[in-house]
Amino acid sequence: MVYGVILFPSIYFALRAEKKSKEKGLSVRLIPVPRHLSSDCGVCLRIPWEERETIHSLLKEGSVKVEGVHLL
Amino acid sequence: MIYLDNAATSWPKPPEVKEAMVRFMEEIGANPGRSGHLLSIEAARIIYETREILSTLFNVKDSSRIVFTLNATESINLALKGLIRPGDHIITSSMEHNSVMRPLRDLEKKGVELSVVPCSPKGELDSRDIEKKIQSRTRMIVLNHASNVTGTLLPLREVGRIAGEHGLLFLVDAAQTAGVYPIDMENDGIDLLAFTGHKSLYGPQGTGGLVIGERVNEKEMIPLKHGGTGSRSEFEEQPDFLPDRFESGTPNAVGIAGLLAGVRFVLKQGVEPIRRHESCLIEKLIEGFKEIPQITLYGPEEMKDRIATLSFNIENLSPSEVASLLEEEFGILCRPGLHCAPSAHRTIGTFPKGTVRFSLSAFTSDGEVKQSIEAVRHLLHQKD
Ligand SMILES: Cc1ncc(COP(=O)(O)O)c(C=O)c1O
Repeated sequence: MVYGVILFPSIYFALRAEKKSKEKGLSVRLIPVPRHLSSDCGVCLRIPWEERETIHSLLKEGSVKVEGVHLL
Repeated sequence: MIYLDNAATSWPKPPEVKEAMVRFMEEIGANPGRSGHLLSIEAARIIYETREILSTLFNVKDSSRIVFTLNATESINLALKGLIRPGDHIITSSMEHNSVMRPLRDLEKKGVELSVVPCSPKGELDSRDIEKKIQSRTRMIVLNHASNVTGTLLPLREVGRIAGEHGLLFLVDAAQTAGVYPIDMENDGIDLLAFTGHKSLYGPQGTGGLVIGERVNEKEMIPLKHGGTGSRSEFEEQPDFLPDRFESGTPNAVGIAGLLAGVRFVLKQGVEPIRRHESCLIEKLIEGFKEIPQITLYGPEEMKDRIATLSFNIENLSPSEVASLLEEEFGILCRPGLHCAPSAHRTIGTFPKGTVRFSLSAFTSDGEVKQSIEAVRHLLHQKD
């Protein structure tokens, strides 16, 4: 499976994104932000890369602030 | 022992509150959202769930607009000091607790103009008196939802409507009502809701929060504290987004775990059933006291106008004498004096002596109320 990650400005939005995605039955997981992506200490949401469009619009609908989407 | 000091802090708490806190200490314990590992995420999830459940309780659309504080006092300070500037005018009532009055008096010294609208001797506010005070520089109306001295409910929705019509911010001190009286950010027209966790939300002390309504621009609101938030760590400037902007430093996560269990308890019981239970008991207390001629009761008699906090005095006895006799001889714990609200006591004519206050909770029983009435009767017999 090819994964991507979504970065957020804060843990609050990461948890909100996780909740919104899980409600739709999407298989996502909160993981530590990979070192090469950010110097920050927080978490990000790992997503199946093929679901990125679906999840992105879901998050937009749910007013989840997103900082970026990256291929893992 | 009969505990009738729930307006100061509720006790006992539902057992699940302690259990949630023990579980946090034993199984989670990590710093919420700071580190990205399993336990850190789990701690953050508890705080997230608490925001979510509180947004259900208060009808908040976006739970990121709830920020956690230590208590209602900190929330009120954050709202006032964060938004009010010299030259602004604020309207409040004469029934306020010092957690509102003192920050307002401090702002007054710094060039803020303050109008304190007098309430009736029962602590009632006529919303038209608020409207009359509005002028061009008025920025905010600040009111408690219910008085911690008389239990009087203030007309939130009417004042919320007035604030909305005049484009003013409406700050509500819900320390005494959150959890026991319905509160609706949208329909009550509230812009800023200060609540405390340790009273009718049945959480532990050291928990509380401020709901920041959509009409408040958080970017223009100055935090009380600046510091680490676990987000945007590469920048030295404070984040401008909610909730992080106002949540610097490691939060009281174990306390919030307890608060989550407390709010779950409230929602499981239901705000309305809890209110009915307490109203029914306070009505009995009032009926019982009305038959004792030496007692003066304060505040409204009708249940629809009050919460289950009752002030009274006994002829020829000081409030502190009454309280210590009740404790020593009958094991009844209550609170005498001014209840941190000198202005409210001036309004009802009991300053500086104060009153004796009985305040109930979801755990107060019918038997305890009956025993308390009997205890007061006995006390009067002994005195004769
Ligand atoms: C009406 C009112 N406002 C504010 C407060 C302050 O609450 P806290 O002590 O939790 O900050 C209290 C309780 O003490 C209160 O009764």
